[in-house]
Amino acid sequence: MIRYALGRLTSLIISLIVASIVIFAVIEVIPGDPAAFMLGVNARPDTIAALRAEMGLDQTLITRYLDWVTGLLRGDFGQSWTYKTPVSELIADRIWVSLPLAIYALILSTLIAFPAGIYAASRRGGAGDVTIMGATQLGVAIPNFWFAMILVLIFAINLRWFSAGGFPGWDNPFQAMKSLTLPAIALALPQAAILARVMRSSLLDMLGEDFIRTARAKGLSRRQALWKHAVRNALIPVLTIIGLQFSFLLAGGIIIEQIFFLPGLGRLIFQSISARDLIVVESVVMLLVFTVIMVNFLVDLAYAAVDPRLRTKA
Amino acid sequence: MSRNLIIGTALTLLFIALAAVSFIWTPADIESLDIPNKLQTPNAANLLGTDHFGRDILSMVMMGARTSIAVALVAVGIGMSIGIPLGLLAAARHGSLLDEFIMRGNDLVFAFPSLVIAILITAVFGASAVNAIIAIGIFNIPVFARLTRGAALPLWERDFILAARVCGKSATHISIEHILPNITNLMIVQGTIQFSLGILAEAALSYIGLGAQPPTASWGRMLADAQTLVSIAPHTALVPGFAILLMVLGLNLMGDGLRDWLDPRIRVART
Repeated sequence: MIRYALGRLTSLIISLIVASIVIFAVIEVIPGDPAAFMLGVNARPDTIAALRAEMGLDQTLITRYLDWVTGLLRGDFGQSWTYKTPVSELIADRIWVSLPLAIYALILSTLIAFPAGIYAASRRGGAGDVTIMGATQLGVAIPNFWFAMILVLIFAINLRWFSAGGFPGWDNPFQAMKSLTLPAIALALPQAAILARVMRSSLLDMLGEDFIRTARAKGLSRRQALWKHAVRNALIPVLTIIGLQFSFLLAGGIIIEQIFFLPGLGRLIFQSISARDLIVVESVVMLLVFTVIMVNFLVDLAYAAVDPRLRTKA
Repeated sequence: MSRNLIIGTALTLLFIALAAVSFIWTPADIESLDIPNKLQTPNAANLLGTDHFGRDILSMVMMGARTSIAVALVAVGIGMSIGIPLGLLAAARHGSLLDEFIMRGNDLVFAFPSLVIAILITAVFGASAVNAIIAIGIFNIPVFARLTRGAALPLWERDFILAARVCGKSATHISIEHILPNITNLMIVQGTIQFSLGILAEAALSYIGLGAQPPTASWGRMLADAQTLVSIAPHTALVPGFAILLMVLGLNLMGDGLRDWLDPRIRVART
């Protein structure tokens, strides 16, 4: 297990290094001068020169990369050009919208997918199974931003149960959760469809295994065998998907935040893109990539912890 | 043929036909604005209504189908033309440093949140259909590379490959002449799935304004335009949304159906 963990850790570090180089490079290859790019066509030469100095553009490429990376490691994400505040402060404010939204959506997705997948597998070929599988086909095909618009149309505009957007802050937790509910549903449903399909097929694989036959032979009913033995084992592949989904939800939140006017990381990225504030874009993207790679790493470890066979493949 | 395959193929062909017809004919000209006629609900003159500029939505959907299909198709093409050779190479040199290098590279691209990187690419290089294609295409490469390698590895153990090797054929020769034909079905099925994901990705990118730019029609952009109008003219949001939904659903059903149909083991079991 330790060897496996060390192996994974090495590839985690390599992934992070390559990711940071790629993101840094993308920003660097902007045609022309990044400072001029950020300030637009009407900028005065001395303003551009000032920004160049502030961004450290007068230094070599390698020095700038190392400065940026060591800054990130210390929690110093640089200074936003448009907001005139440290990027870390901008992120700290917004992460309290994006992170709860992703977690909320993940919980919803799991709560929908588990019962649906288990029910479909236990009634394989029956009307319930066909209905659920049909619904998941639709769920996979629906673009979540369109689904969000439909939710707004029904629940905010027509029924007036929820507000169509905005975020009141965490002072009132109930209102805050309420304003995250429609966005979380919009994010969760397509993911729930995928998860339900994985749950179903994983469970069906398990139901064909010898140990289930043994359990049945011992005198357990189909239902007991399903719940006591199959579901637990079927959870292993499902775990991986849940891990992948978390990163998907965090990144997917970018678009959903736009629709519901939520002041999260997604809005920060878009505002920074239109303001050409590349320092913010670069750091937020790196943070998201870091989180995704980190979550995948943890899922791999959790996976190996429950399934010893995987450890040897390091 | 299964019901999935028939329904899926029919839906897919419908949208391809709409896109193809749009080259020679659309019900109305979408480049001329007709403001007095704006936000009409579906009627005889405009079967799916008009948008906020008075443009015919059916015509817009037809032109949008063209953009969606073109972007997704080229993105799949990029993924296949780079991913499959990489996968074949990795399988042929199984266990070598090159194999390790290719597979670790794949893992790395997989680990990236594709949407975020697509946004980064289009933000830096400018929003356009071409940049959207590149952004989507890059993430198709590891999918095909991994699938190709996985399918090719067991083939390399088979007797007919051994025979080819004994005849003195090179690894490149064997990969192209013997391995590739044996994994074509798998690639077609995966291509269909990636095609549908590409349609969704193109819609998402153009929805946030990073895909095809006006006056090129695109379903995602139509939805973005409709967003503020959804309360007064819901059809402007419903129509393009259903277009995306049906096209993606069609491709997914077709992919599922093809998988069953092309898999000889299942076919034999059925006959």
